[in-house]
Amino acid sequence: MGFFLETLIGGLMAGMLYSLVALGFVLIYKASGVFNFAQGAMVLFAALAMARFAEWIPGWLGFENQVLANILAFAVAAAVMFVVAWLIERLVLRHLVNQEGATLLMVTLGIAYLLEGIGQSLFGDNIYSIDVGMPKDPVLVLEGMFPGGLLINKEDFIAALIAAALVAALSLFFQKTATGRALRAVADDHQAAQSIGIPLARIWVIVWFVAGIAALVAGIIWGSKLGVQFSLATVALRALPVVILGGLTSVPGAIIGGLIIGVGEKLSEVYIGPLVGGGIEIWFAYMLALVFLLFRPQGLFGEKIIDRV
Amino acid sequence: MIYRENGQFKTSYAADQQIFPIRQDRYAIAALLVFAFVGVPLLADEYMFRAILIPFLILGLAALGVNILVGYCGQITLGAGAFMAVGAYAAYNFLARVDGMPLLGALLLGGATAAVAGIVFGVPSLRVRGLYLAVATLAAQFFFDWAFLRIKWFTLDSSSGSVSVSNLEMFGWTINSPVEKYLFCLGLLAVFALLAKNLVRGAIGRQWMAIRDMDVAAEVIGIRPMYAKLSAFAVSSFIVGVAGALWGFVHLGSWEPAAFSVDRSFQLLFMVIIGGMGSIMGSFFGAAFIVVLPIFLNQALPWLGNLVGVSISTVGVSHSEFIIFGALIVFFLIVEPHGIARLWSTAKEKLRLWPFPH
Repeated sequence: MGFFLETLIGGLMAGMLYSLVALGFVLIYKASGVFNFAQGAMVLFAALAMARFAEWIPGWLGFENQVLANILAFAVAAAVMFVVAWLIERLVLRHLVNQEGATLLMVTLGIAYLLEGIGQSLFGDNIYSIDVGMPKDPVLVLEGMFPGGLLINKEDFIAALIAAALVAALSLFFQKTATGRALRAVADDHQAAQSIGIPLARIWVIVWFVAGIAALVAGIIWGSKLGVQFSLATVALRALPVVILGGLTSVPGAIIGGLIIGVGEKLSEVYIGPLVGGGIEIWFAYMLALVFLLFRPQGLFGEKIIDRV
Repeated sequence: MIYRENGQFKTSYAADQQIFPIRQDRYAIAALLVFAFVGVPLLADEYMFRAILIPFLILGLAALGVNILVGYCGQITLGAGAFMAVGAYAAYNFLARVDGMPLLGALLLGGATAAVAGIVFGVPSLRVRGLYLAVATLAAQFFFDWAFLRIKWFTLDSSSGSVSVSNLEMFGWTINSPVEKYLFCLGLLAVFALLAKNLVRGAIGRQWMAIRDMDVAAEVIGIRPMYAKLSAFAVSSFIVGVAGALWGFVHLGSWEPAAFSVDRSFQLLFMVIIGGMGSIMGSFFGAAFIVVLPIFLNQALPWLGNLVGVSISTVGVSHSEFIIFGALIVFFLIVEPHGIARLWSTAKEKLRLWPFPH
């Protein structure tokens, strides 16, 4: 029982990390109808910027404070992500209004290659570490209830908290601010939004920037767990089942989907994995998402797809 | 002036329905075929065959298969690499386990196995659509990646996990040298291109296109979506599977599951989108573009660097390749979202009016 709970909690926390990446997909799809395959590359790019600036800034300004360096690096990395968002809107999206979904999908794959190439030539291609002072040691909790207690990874726990905070902040932003309302209007109907005077171009920059911030947070958390390296870009492939399971257009869906996938992955790896030789995590997540889709083709919380001739 | 159909009257239905209704097109295709079968083997050197021509032919075949599904039937797939893998491993198993299995038989059976796998993984398309389906097809990709890596039965329990095929022989013809391999692939490609062209302009191809344009409307006018979609998955996977078997047997010789990774799937989709969705010719344009571009960049970048007096390291070259490749793809899609095939047909249209555009 203790072991089962441990796996379950591990799965839930891993799921929160997936949702962080999935959020970026959902944000952009909601506001521009682009399925952004470059999200993984954005995570890599943001994490690289963060890791390198945290290393460079103390040298440039001549101080030794780790916390200050991290804060400054975060600000600079966020600024970099803003420039990326602006460039993408200016150079790419603006020219592709009203194109087919498949074309837009392929464009984002092209952007992914670009970001990977530029990121690694600007910031280097070794393995870098991000040290934001996350505690690494696991803790034992609930020792009274189970023999031996439950072993919980503190780092994962804090990461899950940060993810939850980010999601709450985004929900507030979407529901309560004027910009958030404009974003939702654009998501609903591009033309209608434009006709009541919402500037489409600016909204797209904002939404790609917000997705960039989500990528930055995801990059920091994943980067401090695994190290900042090229393989960080493949995190996106782990997050995709989360996106379709939760629904492409739903922020809460990304969270719930993340939790389901996280738990499903961990439990399957522990309980089914040994029977078939292990390593089933990644395809099991996709199969799980597929099973859900067979019952709800628009994902758990996606908008119902209505077909009219 | 030269390219014009004036005066070419059709006197029979057969003449009216032929693939190339304009006489100049027929001559051009015939010349191209002669050049490909006779001219190229005389002109190209071994490096050309190994690095460019054979990969181009095989990936062109795979792109053709993907184009049937994506371009004609409108079902975006990100799992094409998996079906290449199924074709390759199935053909390998048929060849290794069945005594006296001919090469061609193994290839076609590999394709057939891939077709069955395609139908199984195509079933969700009856319920799930669009981008959801595209992501769902990744399930096939990761499942088969895993299966061929972990289930030892498929690789005949080879300890390294890689399998190899040697002694390609067909009807007493040993396919050994690069030229022979090239001719073998070219022959198969020509046959499959003809088959595909005839399929897509026949009844079934029209059903696929109706489903692509709007599946609800297609259903209303009496097209069975299940039959149309699954047949597209089957035909597409069959061709992709044969291409996969060729890729393993002829191009690589010995391979591991990594040869058919998710990157391969993306690459195939790139070929289709850049070449032109819903165009047989487009698949080949796209394949040529994607195969030649990285090789060209790899060769040209250090040379360009030397020209301006900067020496680019190998790492720098690989990063610049990423950047230029990505930028070119974005550029191409912005300039011509309908692919190279559209440019081609625009050029032909212009040529018909030249020199008197009204």
